[in-house]
Amino acid sequence: MMEFLATHTPGVMHWLVLSAVLFSIGLYGLLTRRNAVGILLSVELMLNSAAFNFVVFNKFVVPATVDGELMAIFVIAVAAAEVVVGMAIFVALFRYRNTIDVNRMNLMKN
Amino acid sequence: MIPAIPFISFLLVGLVIRPLSGKLAGIVATTAVFVTAALAYTLGWEYFHMYPPGGDHPAVVPWSMEWLRYMDILTVKVGVLVDGISVLLMVVVSTVSALVHLYSIGYMKGDPGYGRFFTYLNLFTFSMLGLVVAPNIVQMYVCWELVGVSSFLLIGFYYQKPSAVSASKKAFIVTRFADLGFLIGILILGYNGYHLFGQVSQSIAPAAAALGGGALQVFDFAFLTHPATLAAVTAGGTGLLTAAMILVFCGAAGKSAMFPLHIWLPDAMEGPTPVSALIHAATMVVAGVYLVARLFPAFAFSVDALLVVAYVGAFTSLFAATIALTQDDIKRVLAFSTLSQLGYMMLALGVASMAHPLGYTASMFHLFTHAFFKALLFLGAGAMIHAVHSNEIWDMGGLAKKMPITHITFLIATLAISGIFPLAGFFSKDEILAAAMGNHHWIIFGLGMLVAGMTAFYMFRIYFVSFWGKARSEGASHAHEAPVTMWLPLAILAVLSVVAGFVPMADFVHIGAPMDHHGVNLAVALPASLLAFIGIGMAWFFYGSQNDRAAKLATSMGAGYRVIKQKFYIDELYLFVTHKIIFRYISRPIAWFDRHIVDGVMNLSGWSTRALGSALSFLQTGQIQAYAVWFVAGALFVLLIAWSAML
Repeated sequence: MMEFLATHTPGVMHWLVLSAVLFSIGLYGLLTRRNAVGILLSVELMLNSAAFNFVVFNKFVVPATVDGELMAIFVIAVAAAEVVVGMAIFVALFRYRNTIDVNRMNLMKN
Repeated sequence: MIPAIPFISFLLVGLVIRPLSGKLAGIVATTAVFVTAALAYTLGWEYFHMYPPGGDHPAVVPWSMEWLRYMDILTVKVGVLVDGISVLLMVVVSTVSALVHLYSIGYMKGDPGYGRFFTYLNLFTFSMLGLVVAPNIVQMYVCWELVGVSSFLLIGFYYQKPSAVSASKKAFIVTRFADLGFLIGILILGYNGYHLFGQVSQSIAPAAAALGGGALQVFDFAFLTHPATLAAVTAGGTGLLTAAMILVFCGAAGKSAMFPLHIWLPDAMEGPTPVSALIHAATMVVAGVYLVARLFPAFAFSVDALLVVAYVGAFTSLFAATIALTQDDIKRVLAFSTLSQLGYMMLALGVASMAHPLGYTASMFHLFTHAFFKALLFLGAGAMIHAVHSNEIWDMGGLAKKMPITHITFLIATLAISGIFPLAGFFSKDEILAAAMGNHHWIIFGLGMLVAGMTAFYMFRIYFVSFWGKARSEGASHAHEAPVTMWLPLAILAVLSVVAGFVPMADFVHIGAPMDHHGVNLAVALPASLLAFIGIGMAWFFYGSQNDRAAKLATSMGAGYRVIKQKFYIDELYLFVTHKIIFRYISRPIAWFDRHIVDGVMNLSGWSTRALGSALSFLQTGQIQAYAVWFVAGALFVLLIAWSAML
């Protein structure tokens, strides 16, 4: 088993598939979670998968520089700011509607 | 210049003066028309000095301006055409209009619509003058319609009376309907003219340009009536020209109230009497006759159209004279008399031809004299109505002593219309009859003679009943003479009625082959005068004294008399046709179609959009996640397509 693992290291496709899977899980969560904070978590997952994608390309295409890793740090910073804004909105929303169940946010219906 | 003055006066009076002061409106309007008349006389003098009487009278276009331009050769111009008949009519129209304006100052005094009346009178004078001087057929058509509008406004002047309103509507609708035929005729002429323009214009353009008016255009009368054009149009047979001319004659028939489009004229008497004098005696109704005279060369080329004109004119003449025998309302009698005299004018044009053009001159001559004595009759009747406060002749009586001036002038006019020597009507009527005889239209000649006798009879009927005998009603016993502004025009017109007959019209107005003016044609004059005297005698017999021979005759004729008195039930026939047939079988289905199908399609498109909208509204859940699902699905779809295209 150890010999198999030693000789068969993951190639770029494997890592990209992992990134895609993470993205899809995040997407699914975005579309189906009832809790607003849950949606935010899913968005975080999608952002992280994108950053991960950057790092993978950095390692396998241009390993000499650190452009991809730098991009990943930018993404994390932006995600953090976005979470702040999102939470602020949810708090304000909770004050008025007493719920953050997104199925109940249907004032634009019809 | 000449049409412009009444137009400016119209604008001035209507917009500025009327709200300010009623009286001033009347004075300004009247002076404007008198100035116009003076200008017309000057123009006539100058024109006949330039082209002395007895010689050739070409048409001159001293002023014209481009109005619409479709192509270089298809331009509509606005301008003034001066030739024998247009000068004649300018003189007639402006004179009669000026006198009517003067008369109206007295007649309409105290009426709340005083200023409005003069505005409309000025508008009418402008339109009529514009019609008369039109150098091309389009301007004539435009002014034709304007004249119709003015007539509508004036007939319906007492707009609070429902009968006046419906009379004005009737007049306008009937003449408008006739104008449809006129328009189609114009279009046919224009279309053919346009096609032939290239080949014909070379020969006539230089001559036309020499007379002024710039380059020749398709709609100009100079082009339409030129022998070269007409020869080219009839190169393939006269059918097309005949059709076009008959259609144009439809328009003339409507405006000049020929049978069967005569129904509007008797009812048009609802308007004030000066209106009847101006429009329905002297000017507007002769517009039709003028049109036929203008296009006379075209008519002459197609002999059938000319025959139609002659017979329609003769029939109308007889028809109207028959009805006039029975009417009691003085204005209605005069209206039918006008119809009858118009019939004379039309038939005079109809019996003429380029080789024997006496009828053309005779028609214009009769137009000239008729304008004067008919206007006089109407104005005199207006004075009588004003005094007695009733239109019926049986309410009048014994007015001879109470209204001497009106009496004398009315008698002069009645003698004139009966054709008694030496008054105007004698000369013009005899020329018409001589023209008919000269061209061997014996039936028409006979009809003309008969109608002359009948004319004398019914005119003297109203004369005897109104002026002789004792007063028959309250109003008549209190009658008084009219004020100066009213009897002065009467006097002037009476003088004109006497002298107008002595004008040697043939020297001024003629067309085609030159003819020698025979003076008085005794073969015609003697029988005609005899018939007139017989007519007068019969009228005296029936109505001269207070007897009821007439009433006994009427009852003994029974049903026949009733039919004639009801104007042969033509009005009822029209109502029947329009209501039962046209409205029920044509208008109602069309209205149904419009309401249910045309509107239905519109409603359907609206309804279907709404239905679709409400059906799809379930998609709008308001929940973001649902929208996000659609978004993702769409994005995936696009990516799939891009991927498959790449492969």
